[in-house]
Amino acid sequence: MITRRSFLQSGAAAAAFAASARAARAETPGVTDTEIKIGQTMPYSGPASAYGVIGRTEAAYFKMINEQGGVNGRKINLLSLDDGYSPPKTVEQVRRLVEDEKVAFLFNTLGTAPNLAIRQYLNDNRIPQLFVSTGASVFSDPAHFPWTIGYNPNYQTEARIYGKHILATKPDGKIAVLYQNDGFGKEYLSGLKDALGDKSGMIVKEASYETSEPTVDSQVVTLQGSGADILIIAATPKFAAQAIRKSYDLGWNGVRYLSNVSPSIATVLKPAGLEKSKGLICAYYGKDPTDAKWKDDPGMKEWAAFCDKYLSHAEFLDANAAYAYSAAGTMLQTIKQCGADLSRDNVMKQAANIKDLELPLLLPGMRINTSPTNFSPIRQMQLASFDGQSWQLFGELLMG
Amino acid sequence: MSPSPAPRTLLTLAVFAAALVFPFLASGYHLYQGAQVLILAIALLGLNLLTGFNGQISLGHGAFFAIGGYGAAILTAKLGVPYFVAIPLASLVCFGAGFLFGFPALRFGGLYLALATFALAVATPQILAYRGFDAWTGGSSGVSLMKPYAPFALPLTTDQWLYLVCLISAALLYFAARNLVVSRIGRALIALRDQPVAAETMGVNAALLKTTCFGMSALYAGVAGGLSALAVGFVSPESFGLALSLSFLVGIVVGGLASLGGVLFGALFIEFVPNLADQMSVTFGESAKALPGAIYGVLLILAMAVMPAGVAGALRAVVRRTVHSR
Repeated sequence: MITRRSFLQSGAAAAAFAASARAARAETPGVTDTEIKIGQTMPYSGPASAYGVIGRTEAAYFKMINEQGGVNGRKINLLSLDDGYSPPKTVEQVRRLVEDEKVAFLFNTLGTAPNLAIRQYLNDNRIPQLFVSTGASVFSDPAHFPWTIGYNPNYQTEARIYGKHILATKPDGKIAVLYQNDGFGKEYLSGLKDALGDKSGMIVKEASYETSEPTVDSQVVTLQGSGADILIIAATPKFAAQAIRKSYDLGWNGVRYLSNVSPSIATVLKPAGLEKSKGLICAYYGKDPTDAKWKDDPGMKEWAAFCDKYLSHAEFLDANAAYAYSAAGTMLQTIKQCGADLSRDNVMKQAANIKDLELPLLLPGMRINTSPTNFSPIRQMQLASFDGQSWQLFGELLMG
Repeated sequence: MSPSPAPRTLLTLAVFAAALVFPFLASGYHLYQGAQVLILAIALLGLNLLTGFNGQISLGHGAFFAIGGYGAAILTAKLGVPYFVAIPLASLVCFGAGFLFGFPALRFGGLYLALATFALAVATPQILAYRGFDAWTGGSSGVSLMKPYAPFALPLTTDQWLYLVCLISAALLYFAARNLVVSRIGRALIALRDQPVAAETMGVNAALLKTTCFGMSALYAGVAGGLSALAVGFVSPESFGLALSLSFLVGIVVGGLASLGGVLFGALFIEFVPNLADQMSVTFGESAKALPGAIYGVLLILAMAVMPAGVAGALRAVVRRTVHSR
């Protein structure tokens, strides 16, 4: 297996080298001496429009960089188009970006389905699809899709961290899982089973819900009835809040793990009740702007100053905006590393060559790393427990 | 019906000729957009037969579009059926589904039918993501399919070929619809819409006609869905959300109810106005990036205020006025 894979890789590397020699002579679309044009799609309209803040934050970030003189003398021009979270529209907008606007590459396009819809097209045309904004693990597949690189810690990584923690702290526990019936929930479940390995029998009950259901109360009751003493809540904010409240009201005093999709104190724990949220465990990779303990943190101060100047207080508190700040910082680092050679081959090469990058809104000590075989930039997380006021980090940074 | 038959035929032929030349002048990206317009036009033809001519309101045609899309995707990607067989097969399935849905629809009139079909549109994305079907539908990851190459070594790009496939399908389905509405059956459909009691007294079989009309309409949506899957190269539950069904209704109203030519304008509207709204939102500054939905709404209200009978109705009025002033 090793020989075959390394053979394939060396073949790919040789092809990439030959191509980069060609590209160095040819002009890269979207790159001039004064500008580098990049593109993305975002759901500014439609059901997922809450994520639109990510695109706005990134546009503001590059505006700031441009006001500071740009990168290596070039301004970054981000074209961010609305796709309404509809894959056919994503394909249309991405083709417009590539064929009409002639962008150099794509950055942080949002959503699992939209990114899946454009992946083949971008890989066929050798256009980098950088740091896609989704937690699905399928985007970290350099062997099959060498022009697509992920960004978010994927759901499997996170679930594996929980699985390992359970094995280390409660090896005789009985686990109940509440999950959303979609890609997110299912990846979570598979990551958990993966980490538990031959002890996956510890999962005594699984219950799923649809996002259209008004509450998950009945699922929580069923899960408690199984006699489990560990509850894993793989739910989006509204349902996570319901599950936290209901499990507390039932007097279920098992260990409760909460997915990183819903750790926000303002939008999840307060609605659920801070007292009822005590003891929750969550895996973290970014600093929560709504958590008062980061008030004097230099990274958080930088974020606050940025929001004051370019955005507003609403974005300062928004975890999605904070996420975008980190993603844009990763993009900036990649462009910096490219130096004068902004060919698509070199951009892809540098995106897969980030070493120990620390960012202001990532947890202290966390580093972003990529390599030609590792297309999952964020793989570390740290566990935190909720003390009724804020999340208290404990233990070491963990790899999923 | 102001233009006399001869100019109307000439106009239709002129539009078709222009559409035929388009793929040899436009870029791949514009061809993709052109194919999207044709696909939407096919779906709108179907919905207009049902809502415009027969008076049955459907807010759930996205569901039939989805069946066509997933049908074509599963047949080609998982079972290896060629696309030119898969799309007709998938649309026949849609005819069956529409015909069957037509029976409960008989018991609902007007707004109640709108609500029943609305439920269909709401349920579709979730049914597609249902775990039990994962092996076929790919769950929320959807199904990817290969784009077709032009056959017989024709010197056409994939984009050109796809566009032409959509154009030929749209033209055939347009003429089929045209012939249907001017026939005895078409008159019966209109009579059932305007004077149901009188129509039944005259011996029109309301149950059979209405259910068949529902089936035909679903078949059109199915063809459109199948072609869409082919053109996009990917289907997922997100491709067939509630907004799709609603946009179809917007399309036939903006184009003009009970106007077959109007569907082209309706399709152009739902394809391009959201893009226009996105671009306009940028001109209002960075913070207005969140506003395309609102701008789209304003443009829609403006369109309906200026052209209450849709684009087709407005054109008819202009023609009538020029003819009278002569």
